[in-house]
Amino acid sequence: MRFEIEIRVTPREGIVDPEGQTIGQALDNLGYSGVHHVKAGRLVRFELDADDTDQARSSVDRMCEELIANPVIERYEVQIRSPETASP
Amino acid sequence: MKIGIVRFPGSNCDQDCHRAVDEGVGAEAVYLWHKSHSLEGCRAILLPGGFSYGDHLRAGAIARFSPIMREVIAFARDGGPVLGICNGFQILCEAGLLPGALVRNDSLRFRSYPVRVRVEQADTPFTSEYEEGDVLRMPIAHGEGQYVADRSAIDALESERRVIFRYVDELGQPTEEANPNGSARNIAGICDEGRRVVGLMPHPERVVSNLLGADGLGVFHSLIGSVRATGDGTATQALEAGDGPAARAAEAPATQAAEAAEASAP
Repeated sequence: MRFEIEIRVTPREGIVDPEGQTIGQALDNLGYSGVHHVKAGRLVRFELDADDTDQARSSVDRMCEELIANPVIERYEVQIRSPETASP
Repeated sequence: MKIGIVRFPGSNCDQDCHRAVDEGVGAEAVYLWHKSHSLEGCRAILLPGGFSYGDHLRAGAIARFSPIMREVIAFARDGGPVLGICNGFQILCEAGLLPGALVRNDSLRFRSYPVRVRVEQADTPFTSEYEEGDVLRMPIAHGEGQYVADRSAIDALESERRVIFRYVDELGQPTEEANPNGSARNIAGICDEGRRVVGLMPHPERVVSNLLGADGLGVFHSLIGSVRATGDGTATQALEAGDGPAARAAEAPATQAAEAAEASAP
């Protein structure tokens, strides 16, 4: 089966996120009040062949730990969409 | 005695490192291609600055998986001396040879100018020719040089005396103003537990001549001295703190300065 994988990588809590801070500052400068805790990150999307969702998930977790995220400074969230749940 | 300089696609301080080794301290320097599986008998390895693999994903993240890095990691685990400068420091962190990580400068700007760093420890293969407390003038050139690690990791670095260089002001004090990138506790360079792997953000290879300043020459003199001291074969034993003469500007021929000045990218 072919799965659609989406990985969101964001700075870990406590790690400074100057990019997010700058976006927040810029929004404030533009007059958008009430914006708090802006975080900027990275989105990685791909398709993956795997037998089932569990296999896909464990494979993607390994990819994240080894390459896609640096656990020292980043956290990641994985979203897996199987062909059945994918919208037509 | 051969010193290996690894070339990744996007390395751009490799020639400066080569010159610092051969013209600076008179040792043999060889380039090692990132796809190579051999260190060719080199007694020490330098990972130069630049933008390996375009800094894609994270600085140093892809270079870490190069075939040559497998050899470099094995060499380092065996006690071989390895120095990572700038992007080389980022690669050593990504490879897990050094703790922590280097993230975007707190200013969000690329910083390229001379800074002052204080030598915190003189018992590594790259600092043995200095005295602890020496303040050196070296250029920085980086967008991602802010050293971060969790508090316990940084406390461990401090208590184990593994902070090797710190950004300081003209009085030798690690002030906030002297910190060019927001690094935790003004850290500019650190070493591993075995004290043989060192990474730093400033560029010692760019200050090895009278014209441009020669404060970085001691890094390369230290290395040569330490490799000689470990005798023939692969360097495996740790070296005691050096007590040799400090490297001084007078040792660098001025003729190389003009050439070195041309190579000024990070």
